[in-house]
Amino acid sequence: MKRRHLLQLAGWTWLSAATAVSRAAVPTQNKLVVVMLRGAVDGLSIVTPYGDPHYAQSREAIRLAAPGSDGGVLQLDNLFGLNPALSPLMPYWQRGQLGFVHASGSPDPTRSHFDAQDYMESGTPGLKSTNDGWMNRLLQAMPGAATPTRAVNMGATLPRIFSGAGEVASLGLGPKAFSHEAIDDPRTQAALAAMYAKDPQLGHTFDAAREGRGEMQRSMAADDNMSGDDHAGMDPRIDRGAPSANGFAADAQRLGRLIQRDPHTQLAFTSVGGWDTHINQGGAKGQLANKLAALGRGLDALAQGLGPAMNNTVVVVMSEFGRTVRENGTHGTDHGRGNVMWVLGGPVNGGRVHGEWPGLDQSALADGRDLAVVSDFRAVLASVAQRHLGMDDAAMAKVFPSGREGWAAWKGAPLVRTG
Amino acid sequence: MITRRQGLGTMTAALLTPWMSSVRAASIGTGADTPLSDSERALHALERLGFGPRAADAEAIRAQGAAAWLKDFLAAQLQGARVDLPPVLGDRLAAEDTSKLDQGALFERFRRAQQLERQRKRDQKDGQETADDKGPNPRRELVRPVVLQASEQRLLRALASPGQLEEVLVDFWFNHFNVYAGKGPVSVWVGSYEREAIRPNVFGNFRTMLGATAKHPAMLFYLDNAQSVAADWHPRGRFENRNPNKPTGLNENYAREVMELHTLGVDGGYTQRDVTELARMLTGWTYDPKPGWGSSRSLFQFAEERHDHGRKHWLGRTVEPNGQAEGEMALDVLASHPNTARHIAFQLAQAFVSDDPPPELVQRLADRFLAAKDSRTQLRDVMQELVQSEELWSRAAFRAKFKSPYRYVLSSLRVLVPGGGPLANHLPADVQPLLGALNQAGMPLYGSVTPDGYKNTAVAWQNPEALTQRVQFAQTVNQRVGKRPALAAVEPDQVLATLGPLLSSATIDAVRGAAPDMRTTLLLGSPDFMRF
Repeated sequence: MKRRHLLQLAGWTWLSAATAVSRAAVPTQNKLVVVMLRGAVDGLSIVTPYGDPHYAQSREAIRLAAPGSDGGVLQLDNLFGLNPALSPLMPYWQRGQLGFVHASGSPDPTRSHFDAQDYMESGTPGLKSTNDGWMNRLLQAMPGAATPTRAVNMGATLPRIFSGAGEVASLGLGPKAFSHEAIDDPRTQAALAAMYAKDPQLGHTFDAAREGRGEMQRSMAADDNMSGDDHAGMDPRIDRGAPSANGFAADAQRLGRLIQRDPHTQLAFTSVGGWDTHINQGGAKGQLANKLAALGRGLDALAQGLGPAMNNTVVVVMSEFGRTVRENGTHGTDHGRGNVMWVLGGPVNGGRVHGEWPGLDQSALADGRDLAVVSDFRAVLASVAQRHLGMDDAAMAKVFPSGREGWAAWKGAPLVRTG
Repeated sequence: MITRRQGLGTMTAALLTPWMSSVRAASIGTGADTPLSDSERALHALERLGFGPRAADAEAIRAQGAAAWLKDFLAAQLQGARVDLPPVLGDRLAAEDTSKLDQGALFERFRRAQQLERQRKRDQKDGQETADDKGPNPRRELVRPVVLQASEQRLLRALASPGQLEEVLVDFWFNHFNVYAGKGPVSVWVGSYEREAIRPNVFGNFRTMLGATAKHPAMLFYLDNAQSVAADWHPRGRFENRNPNKPTGLNENYAREVMELHTLGVDGGYTQRDVTELARMLTGWTYDPKPGWGSSRSLFQFAEERHDHGRKHWLGRTVEPNGQAEGEMALDVLASHPNTARHIAFQLAQAFVSDDPPPELVQRLADRFLAAKDSRTQLRDVMQELVQSEELWSRAAFRAKFKSPYRYVLSSLRVLVPGGGPLANHLPADVQPLLGALNQAGMPLYGSVTPDGYKNTAVAWQNPEALTQRVQFAQTVNQRVGKRPALAAVEPDQVLATLGPLLSSATIDAVRGAAPDMRTTLLLGSPDFMRF
């Protein structure tokens, strides 16, 4: 089964749009939030190809039923349906603010989580020597002035995607993320600054902490929910551990609020783990459905936190690779290839599943077992960055220095509306 | 107050005088190739082969002379025999009852918690009990203490065991063969896994450790091999037939990770087909939750009927059907493979020497790994090679690594242990605040969800949020100093004296210029203390 409607059909109209796209870089106030699902989520259980004749026969215990039946998927079109656990996101789909790109992923065939995540974050599939991340290169190449909170990472550690020379502010997890900490005390900060000023390796990190926190706290100062608790520290706040889908909603809403209140924030990243469902994955109910429900609530909370800023924000959700088309011997799925990318936000051309669908018949599968990768993840990202963040071709080539034919393939594809 | 501050200032100056001369010498006109001084080498050893200096170490170095002290220290660390724990520590660890339970008893405890939990949910549904948390929570009462005791064993030993290298290696190898306490019964088994599969082998033989991890129920469950069965297997017995979750075929999770992470490395030259074929060879490697009388303490079981008895083609060889021996052969091949040697050598060199380790060093370690592959002290030999290497003691390696949260927390507490007095007074009474700090920093103990464990490089941990949290941790610790029996009253001067050669003049100046109540916070929050 082939489905080429969007890219190919719309090709003609892009030619006229191309002039607008390749214009010189112009600063915008538009925002991009990337959410990474670490552990390779089963995209076939997110946007399920219920209409593909080979879907139902590939899966048994974890199969999702067609729309209309008990526990069936929520119909998106005649081929695809959304996992019912994600029902809080259906209004976004109906408003045209949520779209998907199916059969997308990396051109590199690795089925190692760690290599695949690395490639998706470095933006250079197959190339291990890249030492910075594409979002940091994007931060440096974006038109307009750099500020301490132009890029915000939410989480305890700085991910590969943000590593590099550009300054990235950190937003911690948990309800006390904006609270006053020892480093904010002027006396302590001044003494520390004197030490760190002389340190070539750590001075930069300290400055990012100081400036980023200062600006975030100023932005949030008027916020009702800001916590003034300064007795944080050694409590066993276990909810602040490795982020899981369940703890995501409150953090996501906080991130949304920060982006809404800080006009300088344009790039944000966070990740959610726990998608490696080798065993008892479940169908409309069960392990994966529970996690997806929490993720759906989290994305909804992010949108609510963004408020009016949702109108100029695009949220991209992605995962390192997909999972085997066929259910494995333990009612789960093993590591596969193609997956689905999500695009959410006011400027999104949503309400449709973009990209070409290679189908699930045996001859179409990668290595005879996995959904093929038809759309390069960089093409999707580049399309968003060019149309939404005002990146010209030269700037884009800095973000994705290799594989131009890969990332430029979707040049001008109308995933998001311009202007 | 003014008098006291001046007094402290004078003391600091007096204590620092011998160190200051070396700091100046290092900063004035010494190039990147200047050899480390004896006292720098001694502190470097405490940091790289242990979790950082205590006041008692600094005193011993001063008393004995750095060169002589270092010789004794290295010999003791590499001995590889089980060290005698100080009685206070030994008694406290021995009092923890769950550390004596075997795999079966631990699993029993997990199952009891599950049953009670189900019962409680049924009761709630029937309205016999309100849905709030008033009733006993079986998980909290039965399972959490086991994980907590395992964590306490790990942290207290790392803080106070004289066998520091063993503790560093336990952390390294646990991480290498990571299991996650948040996945089902792995919670009750993490301590057992560390005690039985990891700790006894850190100075021993790699193949032995690989086999011990492969057969421990924690790993069998964590990476799903316990459930991986031949595609044509049909369970016998009424119960299994009714179980909707019964396995019906392969699960390739462990087969992939054992090659990618534990042995060959991701570029180790295997294909997707090799993964699937190894999974077939390992079918039937499972555990028996109810071993009969007279069984060993291990729950490992090779279930003949679950095994795929077909012929396999793996890593370029044909494997004839041979039951459990197929998997044993595979582990033999993997443990002695040159790519495994390189992979392990790289990881050790990265953990102990440099984020970007010198290739010559990696090659020498790999050669030693292979040469000693049949030795019962293979991994001690490799560590011996590493400790003898000039790369470890080079100026380029000195203070060059960024501490992980685990190391940051441990080194903070160690540097605050006063020199004299009984050790018992200085062990934290409750490790939960430390576990909380590790959670918050993104490095929960036994909490790495993914099988690759935690990284030990600056790229993974150096970021603004980490500095914010560490300064907060330093202040919290500082405010508690002297207020609880857990942390004795330690003067900032002692910390200064212990860390001496590790501090820059900017740090020393800032600490001296600060109010006394801030000095410890500044020392532990300094850029120098972020590194090791």
